[in-house]
Amino acid sequence: MKIHEYQGKEIFRKYGMPTPRGIPAFSVDEAVKAAESLGGKVWVVKAQIHAGGRGKGGGVKVAESIDEVRQRAGEILGMQLVTHQTGPAGQKVRRLLIEEGADIDRELYVGMVVDRGTQRVALMASSEGGMDIEQVAAKTPEKIHRVFIDPVAGLTDAEAEAVSRRVGVPEASVPQARAVLQSLYRAFDETDASLAEINPLVVTSDGKLIALDAKLNFDSNALFRHPEIVAMRDLDEEDPAEIEASKFDLSYISLDGDIGCLVNGAGLAMATMDTIKLYGGAPANFLDVGGGATAEKVTEAFKIMLKNPGLKAILVNIFGGIMKCDTIAEGVVAASKAVALEMPLVVRMKGTNEDLGKKILADSGLPIITAANMAEAAEKVVAAAAGK
Amino acid sequence: MSILINRNTLVMTQGITGKTGQFHTRMCRDYANGRNCYVAGVNPKKAGEDFEGIPIYATVKQAKEATGATVSVIYVPPPFAAAAIDEAVDAGLDLVVCITEGIPVRDMIRTRYRMQGKKTLLLGPNCPGVITPDELKIGIMPGHIHKKGRIGVISRSGTLTYEAVGQLTELGLGQSTAVGIGGDPVNGLKHIDLLKLFNDDPETDAVVMIGEIGGGDEETAAYWVKEHMKKPVVGFIAGVTAPPGKRMGHAGAVISGGKGTAQEKLAVMEASGIKVTRNPAEMGKLLKSVL
Repeated sequence: MKIHEYQGKEIFRKYGMPTPRGIPAFSVDEAVKAAESLGGKVWVVKAQIHAGGRGKGGGVKVAESIDEVRQRAGEILGMQLVTHQTGPAGQKVRRLLIEEGADIDRELYVGMVVDRGTQRVALMASSEGGMDIEQVAAKTPEKIHRVFIDPVAGLTDAEAEAVSRRVGVPEASVPQARAVLQSLYRAFDETDASLAEINPLVVTSDGKLIALDAKLNFDSNALFRHPEIVAMRDLDEEDPAEIEASKFDLSYISLDGDIGCLVNGAGLAMATMDTIKLYGGAPANFLDVGGGATAEKVTEAFKIMLKNPGLKAILVNIFGGIMKCDTIAEGVVAASKAVALEMPLVVRMKGTNEDLGKKILADSGLPIITAANMAEAAEKVVAAAAGK
Repeated sequence: MSILINRNTLVMTQGITGKTGQFHTRMCRDYANGRNCYVAGVNPKKAGEDFEGIPIYATVKQAKEATGATVSVIYVPPPFAAAAIDEAVDAGLDLVVCITEGIPVRDMIRTRYRMQGKKTLLLGPNCPGVITPDELKIGIMPGHIHKKGRIGVISRSGTLTYEAVGQLTELGLGQSTAVGIGGDPVNGLKHIDLLKLFNDDPETDAVVMIGEIGGGDEETAAYWVKEHMKKPVVGFIAGVTAPPGKRMGHAGAVISGGKGTAQEKLAVMEASGIKVTRNPAEMGKLLKSVL
């Protein structure tokens, strides 16, 4: 789960990390009020969307008067912000963060992720703050320093200080940097984060450290023990189809193609998408109905896929194990009737009660195209989507 | 022979009294030698009772001492599953198979840390389990699609494993052991560990290795294959069409920071002498072609 920058900074402040003073705003008037109550001469108006690269996309502007705050807030609120992470359609800006300006001497990068190889949390730090860290990793990997954190000892004083010095924190500010890194690890660990980034972590000209940005993602498996984080969820930032699917315990992800896929199991669902592509088609979605799909679940899955106006055909690929093919067949027939399906439907079924399932499909009187294996199913659905 | 488990393995079920634990314990007991292999269940609140004749003990340690079981299978709900693994490790079991999906990553980091230097092997979590056809099934896979034979199967996914097994069985190629290592980012046995076991198993002739996007385990395994594997390995990686940054169902199936793509994995596997297919309908055929 993702949250906004201003929410991330609230969490940072709880852990004693230094952030600029700032106030979230949902309208231009609120933005002006926020700037007035912050005081000072320079403010930063920052678009709050879940994607990175906001500055480059024009979603972060400096304002040097209250009038300019009003003008910038008006420009950014409601804009369709396009960044390298939003896709070409961009994301509508509905929230702003108004912050006091900071006096920047140098910009550092600090991040934490779970490293699968060592099975520990990895701290990554770099002197190249403010830049896209993936590019730094690709072009100058020697500028990224890593510490794999011992889950029992935590990030030690010695480790935190050593990495601070390596990324160029001035000696007088090393104790502060150590505290920031250790607090970040505590926040990461205690909130069950899956990713934490401060980009940039700035050193001001008087040697103070400030987290100018905050990015936090959380492990969705652990949300059950963090109601305070679930409360920060912003549904406006998520795909409505994915939200709808999650209500029925379906795992759904929208893609660009025109062939809907309904599959049981995540690996088989990906493999089904890959096969469609291999035969010249393009999948419209990833959809795993899970191990316990019922007729109701299959019907909901059909409804969600059919909300996509570009959909031209549907492929159902089921390997019946615990889930029986006849149950799925009944679900497919019920769903096709319930939604009055008009587009081509290709079904491939294998495994437990396969023959029974096929008989239910054949007896339904519906124009269902059946296939004996995945390749044949993909070939048939690609042809059907192309109108052949 | 086989790897990890055989007809003589004694198994206990942790979480035997839950709906999932009951259902699958019943299915596993009905498969091959399961009736003699499933000897105990664990639930601290129901110690002294039994599940359809299988005695229930308060702790893993007691179940082990009373029955001689050396392997456990876990169906405990996600908030308590890591602690269940810890208990099995502390009791000194040989193998723990954790079926539970949805365990917090932070819990698994701590559990894996505790397991350092211990003898217990962990399969999973979030996995379908392991089966040695005609001998013993530990997990949620459909037993009847399997056939006894000499092909090893390793996969991160459930139904995609069944797909591969189904194709092999249709071609008359039985399996020595089929193992699902699970779809979580922090887990126990990995592709490389199982390839080593299959390499040393005199009754395995070749291996199908199925991976998916995310992480670098397939690459690590491929480098090992290049240097050490004496038997043919064929492979498939799911997720060529997966967009970056999105979790594709499995918690561990995500391309992050441009790393863990299917293309990258396939390239390393091919360069390491593993025959790969980009068509999952042809995993069985490809394996047959290398025998």
